[in-house]
Amino acid sequence: MTGQVAAFGAEGARGSLAGPSDYLALLKPRVMSLVVFTALAAMIVAPGALHPVLAITALICIAVGAGAAGALNQWYDADIDAIMTRTRTRPVASGKIGRQEALEFGATLAAFSVFAMAFLVGYVPAILLAATIAFYVFVYTMWLKRSTVQNIVIGGAAGALPPVIGWAAVSGAAFDPLPWLLFLIIFLWTPPHFWALALAGSEDYARAKVPMLPVVKGSRTTRNQIVVYTILLAASAVTPYALGFTGLIYAATAAIGSAAFLALSVALWLAPVDRERVAALRVFAFSIFYLFALFTALAAEKLIGLAPAEPTVTKAEQVVKQRLPGAPPASNW
Amino acid sequence: MTPEEKKKLNQRNWALAGVLLAFVVLVFVVTLVKLGANVANRPL
Repeated sequence: MTGQVAAFGAEGARGSLAGPSDYLALLKPRVMSLVVFTALAAMIVAPGALHPVLAITALICIAVGAGAAGALNQWYDADIDAIMTRTRTRPVASGKIGRQEALEFGATLAAFSVFAMAFLVGYVPAILLAATIAFYVFVYTMWLKRSTVQNIVIGGAAGALPPVIGWAAVSGAAFDPLPWLLFLIIFLWTPPHFWALALAGSEDYARAKVPMLPVVKGSRTTRNQIVVYTILLAASAVTPYALGFTGLIYAATAAIGSAAFLALSVALWLAPVDRERVAALRVFAFSIFYLFALFTALAAEKLIGLAPAEPTVTKAEQVVKQRLPGAPPASNW
Repeated sequence: MTPEEKKKLNQRNWALAGVLLAFVVLVFVVTLVKLGANVANRPL
């Protein structure tokens, strides 16, 4: 442990044994894949047309921006990453890449991704990308993670923003309702996803003194909260269909997926202590599949032509118009 | 610097060169896309 702390404090790439794969690991590629996928789905359903080259450019900027945030997270959290079993092989925690190097690498890529987005794609997605990186690094990593049990709840906003960025890259609009519904879905998905992981490895978080819910409030409260958030998630997942933004394929995926997610959460809630870890890992694994399924359905429906024709003219707008004469069109929300 | 460190340094340099080249190509292609048909229609 002491050796690891000393190792990640060591600076200088010149004599380093870090290869390109270590720098790729610094970008947290698994997190990046989920970020890119949700942004891509939003880009597919967004109204308007973006040249494929510009769409790929936007996705690269989002991927690099997310990776930069991951690198800056590893720079700041090297001390606790080195303590936790799950994270101690990360490049900075294991000493392969120096902290200073990770900071410079992350900050350079963050600036690069935002400026490239601004000049090659548009200012609105660039501002959103900058806000996402800043929120993840300054608000979640530096402030919330070590100070409050609500760390991943509030911090989840950073991971929920990529669909809004993707949507803005295509449409140029930052305040359409559908991308913010997608934001809400990922925002409510984050607590059961991370708390299930934290339940399975709560000793890890306790050793690192990270105030995750199972460490601070215990297993029972965490299981209760997972069920509550899964119910809220299920409600938010069917909302895009209820408001007329999506079709039946998405609705069926959301309904079946949410029912399965809720069943696994209830199974975790009911599980005896000796089965808790297995039940928690099931919830964690399914949560990843669930989010991919939801966004795949959303995108597939649009690609095969089964999505509602005008995603921004919706039942929601009609309801508002009926109730509030003179209300602006949904696209101006 | 040990031979292993030198090998890793070479790998990092080549990776960086590849990334920079890819970025130059990306900016070039994006420029063509943004200019579009105006590339052909410009006054000579």
